[in-house]
Amino acid sequence: MADASPLIETRALTKAYDLLVVLRKLDLQVRRGEFVALLGPNGSGKSTLLRLLAGLTKPTSGAIFVGGWEIPREAAAVRAQIGMVSHKVLLYENLTALENLRFFARLYAIPPAEAEARARARLEQVGLARRADSLVRTFSRGMQQRLSIARALLHNPDVLLLDEPYTGLDQDASLTLDGLLRQAHAEGRTIVMSTHQLERAAEIASRVLILSRGGVGYDAPAAALSGLALAAEYTRVTSLAVSR
Amino acid sequence: MNTPFLAAVAAIVAKDLRAELRSRELVSSMALFALLSILIFSFALELNRLARQEAIGGVLWVTVAFASIIGLNRSLAGERDQGNLDAMLLAPIARSAVFFGKLAGNFVFTLAVGLILLPLLTVLFNLNLVQPWVLVVLALGVLGFSVVGTLLATMTVQTRAREALLPIVMLPVALPVLLGAVRATTAILNGAPLEDWIAWPQILVVVNVIYLTLCYLLFDYVIED
Repeated sequence: MADASPLIETRALTKAYDLLVVLRKLDLQVRRGEFVALLGPNGSGKSTLLRLLAGLTKPTSGAIFVGGWEIPREAAAVRAQIGMVSHKVLLYENLTALENLRFFARLYAIPPAEAEARARARLEQVGLARRADSLVRTFSRGMQQRLSIARALLHNPDVLLLDEPYTGLDQDASLTLDGLLRQAHAEGRTIVMSTHQLERAAEIASRVLILSRGGVGYDAPAAALSGLALAAEYTRVTSLAVSR
Repeated sequence: MNTPFLAAVAAIVAKDLRAELRSRELVSSMALFALLSILIFSFALELNRLARQEAIGGVLWVTVAFASIIGLNRSLAGERDQGNLDAMLLAPIARSAVFFGKLAGNFVFTLAVGLILLPLLTVLFNLNLVQPWVLVVLALGVLGFSVVGTLLATMTVQTRAREALLPIVMLPVALPVLLGAVRATTAILNGAPLEDWIAWPQILVVVNVIYLTLCYLLFDYVIED
């Protein structure tokens, strides 16, 4: 599914908050159609990397390219290609599911008639068509996260960035989310997802990266890994980081 | 390609108005605070007519200033806490569209509270505040508060002590707006001739243009991590 050309590329990417260096000269390439699981302990820079790729924060030094466009110089062109799902749902609780999607469709300049059709199709896809006119504040955490995915896919982005999307989800909601992510990947989207769930990462991703000490501590195709093998690698990489 | 600027602003304003019409969280808390404030002022200041004429401009604008701070804090905190500010910034829209969209919503909500206050103050202080020039000054003053407040609330909402911090940073910056609005309102209610006080609304217009330009230029930096 993945082709050879990198859709996402970082070159010597560094991000520091005052004296704290979160990412240090990170070189990374993600090919079109890959599903990359980004692992690492808290503070290893997973969320920061995703925010950098989304253009939500600027690098301290180095370069980021998404689809050939450079961030932050050509961030507007990149934003149209990116959908993001976070552990925060990025939705308005006092609007209905449909109103939320209509609002975001307007921000992406999708014509009203097309927006309506796309919004209803996405709600159908995430299993919320019957709750289209319900206020988001009446939704469970799992339903909100499904709606969040519908929002992120509304403008048909090439790249889906997911920042710990399983946070707060129960077993059923997590399985539903698995299905939606597999579907998005099957549609040809490139996915980069940060998570702490090693077994799940080995199961649904096509490639696994472990961030450690501001760089890539481990990088391998997920197909070659079982959950246990990945857990062993994770322990090795993160304990190496602690001992240094 | 960015979404057209005005279309993005209109979408954000429409979203804020729709959410507020449904929940009434912002305007009701601002209006309740304002109502309690003017009641306390009216009981605390047992003044004769002349003294009331001198004091009522201050009462109106102190109440509007603090009510606007309540609204600004809640308006931006709602965006930040749910991550919606990020969701808007992810869209291909100019950063300034977020500023002008939030500004327009904050202006409408604060103006609505000001418009509720005018007839209430008229009754409580037995002075007619529902006058065309008072309405003009109210709109100009509220615009000034909303411009400065939207920018500063975007900054302070990222801090832990946001509710305490906003008035501390906003009131000194908004002082020229407060001063101009109080002076103009007091002069109008005292029946002073137009040429004696018209400079104050004109100063408000100039201050608003300056603040609007500065805030527009600074918003991109403020919104960054």
